[in-house]
Amino acid sequence: MITFLPILPEVLLLALAVLVLILDPFLKKDANRRLFLGMFTAAGLLVTLTLSLFFARPADPSLVFGGMVRFDWLGFLFKMFFVFAAAVTALFFMDTDKLNQRAEAYLLLLAATIGMCLMSSSADLVMLYLAIETTSIPLYILAGFLTGDDKSTESGFKYMLFGALTSAVLLYGFSLIYGFAGTTSLYDLGIHFSNFDLLAVGITFLVLAGLAFKVSLFPFHFWAPDVYEGAPTPVAGFLSTASKAAGFAVILRLLTAVFPVISTDWSMILADLATLTMTVGNLIAMAQKNIKRLLAYSSIAHAGYAMIGVVAFSQLGFASAVFYLFAYMLTNLLAFGIVGVVGHVTGSDDVSAYNGLDRRNATLSLAALVAFLSLAGMPPFGGFVAKFFVFSAAIQSGWIWLAVVGVLNSIFGLYYYLNILKYIYLYRTENQDEDQHPLPVSRPVAIALVVLVIGVLLIGTLFGPWFGFANHAALNLF
Amino acid sequence: MQFPFLSVIVFIPMVTALVLLLMKPEQKKAIRITALTAAMLALALSIWVYFAYDKAAAGYQFIEKYNWMPMLGISLHFGVDGLSVPLVLLTGIVMVTGVMISWGIDDRPREFFAFLFILASGVFGVFTSLDLFMLFFFYEIAVFPMFLLIVIWGWIKTREYAAMKLTLYLFIGSLISLIGALAMYWTSGLHTFNMLDLEHAAFSLSFQKIWFPFVFLGFAILGGIFPFHNWSPDGHVAAPTAVSMFHAGVLMKLGAFAALRVGIMLLPEGAKFWSPLIMGLALVNIVYGAFIASVQTDFKYVIGFSSVSHMGLVMMGFATLKPEGLIGAGVQMFSHGVMTALFFAAVGMVYDRAHTRDIPKLGGMIKPLPLVGIGVIIGSLVSMGMPGFSGFVAEFPIFIGIWKTQWVVAVIAAISIVVTASYVLLVVRRVFFGKMPEEFEEHIKPINTLDKIALVFLMALMIGIGLFPALIVPWVQSGVQHVLTLLGGA
Repeated sequence: MITFLPILPEVLLLALAVLVLILDPFLKKDANRRLFLGMFTAAGLLVTLTLSLFFARPADPSLVFGGMVRFDWLGFLFKMFFVFAAAVTALFFMDTDKLNQRAEAYLLLLAATIGMCLMSSSADLVMLYLAIETTSIPLYILAGFLTGDDKSTESGFKYMLFGALTSAVLLYGFSLIYGFAGTTSLYDLGIHFSNFDLLAVGITFLVLAGLAFKVSLFPFHFWAPDVYEGAPTPVAGFLSTASKAAGFAVILRLLTAVFPVISTDWSMILADLATLTMTVGNLIAMAQKNIKRLLAYSSIAHAGYAMIGVVAFSQLGFASAVFYLFAYMLTNLLAFGIVGVVGHVTGSDDVSAYNGLDRRNATLSLAALVAFLSLAGMPPFGGFVAKFFVFSAAIQSGWIWLAVVGVLNSIFGLYYYLNILKYIYLYRTENQDEDQHPLPVSRPVAIALVVLVIGVLLIGTLFGPWFGFANHAALNLF
Repeated sequence: MQFPFLSVIVFIPMVTALVLLLMKPEQKKAIRITALTAAMLALALSIWVYFAYDKAAAGYQFIEKYNWMPMLGISLHFGVDGLSVPLVLLTGIVMVTGVMISWGIDDRPREFFAFLFILASGVFGVFTSLDLFMLFFFYEIAVFPMFLLIVIWGWIKTREYAAMKLTLYLFIGSLISLIGALAMYWTSGLHTFNMLDLEHAAFSLSFQKIWFPFVFLGFAILGGIFPFHNWSPDGHVAAPTAVSMFHAGVLMKLGAFAALRVGIMLLPEGAKFWSPLIMGLALVNIVYGAFIASVQTDFKYVIGFSSVSHMGLVMMGFATLKPEGLIGAGVQMFSHGVMTALFFAAVGMVYDRAHTRDIPKLGGMIKPLPLVGIGVIIGSLVSMGMPGFSGFVAEFPIFIGIWKTQWVVAVIAAISIVVTASYVLLVVRRVFFGKMPEEFEEHIKPINTLDKIALVFLMALMIGIGLFPALIVPWVQSGVQHVLTLLGGA
């Protein structure tokens, strides 16, 4: 008997997507009533999350559906986080003009989430490619959703061009793998890649290029700032967190499935990539005046930190990378949520829009404080423990220089995150009349922000259980 | 099970910060009263812990241990020994006096006290943590509120520069130590961050030699060691009064204390090998700091550089690795903490009224501000190590320790005492005596009751310790015993 429990989240997401479409024509044209779409989507995602948490827990890892999907903790954990991220993003959508009136936006969000869920659990090249495309295409459209806005159109178009190109490269790599190994099942590929020969290197580079684009590793990061800047803010937030994490899930799975024993040459290449990604991301971020571009470069840098865990190539390393991604996901969603609110009210994404924010809305400023300090890696927020685990894994595996590079990079990071806090707390608006310009936050967004702040605090203080889950995921890979 | 004193002390300020942030910003008075009450409570508990500490039994007491993350051997593990218990008390004292002196802050007091209390929580945490991970955790918690406190409420001219400089320096330092700590963790093979276990890890000599400088100097940056002391005078000057008090009074001790606890106590062989270097650097601190302080014209910079000089004495005491030196350093941490807190409080009071800290422009302040003047005079006497005051109790053993190790160093370091005496007395004369410039006539309002209580309290402590060294020395001595055992009974 076929059980659908391994893909329960996907099934529920699909059902929710259909329900959203059905609901659409029944809602009146009245703008306020149409906000119900967002509430409905978020509630549906919450139900999906709860049901999956109870019924879709994997036992021992097993290949299901003819070897298309691997039912294990890595997939499960990432799925839960994607659904959570989608729920938060749906709430943020409600505060974004145009997005919140259209059922299509929510539908695309759900479709992309289904794709990500499948990405994190695919065990077959064909399935994997389909999952990646299912994720990417809705995101291309979402990035360019604001049709009247040139920047959004540019963003969507750029994302699509870059995405299509790397996707082609990735597919070419997959086809070579198939031709070379005669199988598309990831877990049968291992024996064919045990040697470090030219062909294997070439193929892996092609595949890596495709995935490096997804997680914006150097030198495939160029799209990120432009795309984030133009895309609607919640979409940028979703891109920089869930989509990036999905890419990492694939990288973790591919590396362990295809290279059970990694050669030092490969680790070295990955370590260099991590170094360059962190350094380039952080150095350029320092010069940014647009908050979305700044967060884009910072998110590039964070991909580099997470890579440190991957380079360590140990159970602890992978667990810490997974943990890092979770902490980062919560934090960056929070940061983009705040950017969305400020952008919505002030109409600007420039850092100067944050002048006097503390006097305009003290609570929102505290949320921003949490977000940026967590990104900088300060306790008691998630970022600190995450960085601690990643560096710890690197040192355990003997990558002391990489840990040092990571440390130096955190200092660059701290500099520009603190700078933003200066705008929020110190600088004042031009007329110093903040009292007359309060900055209201709508209820759905407030709920999302509170949930995220609590999440960032929980993952930063009660990190034991969270790390236990991440460790479970890593355990299933090795 | 006994009452969990230490965790309550650590978390009172944190919880108070949250409570304050939930209050309405307009309720300024309620906010201040809440802050003062919480600070008093923390002080009361730390006084209790101080006197309940059993000096005869020595060792770590009031131990509390909760498993936090068994997988990596991280636990929430509190405990105090004879070296940390005076520092816990010091933090409580500075917290209360700091709140009293900041009573008049009118710009966003809610956030001010909340950030100050998060900082205090971090400081208490570092002094009481027996877990290496938690030590870093609290250490960083103590660093970031500093940035906000300086940048928002600091001196308008230099606050942005100074706050950023300070935060980056401290962050770099702590991360360098962090790498060293992680190396210790993996090398020990014990899979625990428990420092009581790591003390017996018996790291190889070469490991200790490689890692000691990183761990020690990383923390010593916060202790203001040369050539990484540069952030500290700038930071002191830019910070608002209560924050300067915290900063020089407690935070710099944080660095020195962590350097001792993690650097010297966990890597004793490394400490023996590198002690000449530390001594050299500390000597520069002491002498150079004193000379630089003597040519400053800004009242606050004088105190700032004198802190660099005095913290050098603490580092020097550590570097002797002798019982006298270590005891002196332990007492000096407390004595200097109280003394600088008093100095910065006094400078703040003068500045709030005269709106300048330029020494040549001031004069005759003793008349309108008699208590402040007396405070600064007593502080000066402590600062130059006059017998009868706490400074003597601290500096005398340090010099004995140095003399026993290397008498030349003691002679050179002694120059600083002369220089210190000259500049502090000069400052006292110029600021408090002589003729008051005309523009200040009638403009200098007297200080309020809370300020007076704070000043008297701090003065009483310095004189008390000076007259009855038994109020602190036995505690420190019991802590030093343990350090010496780790150093191999040297």
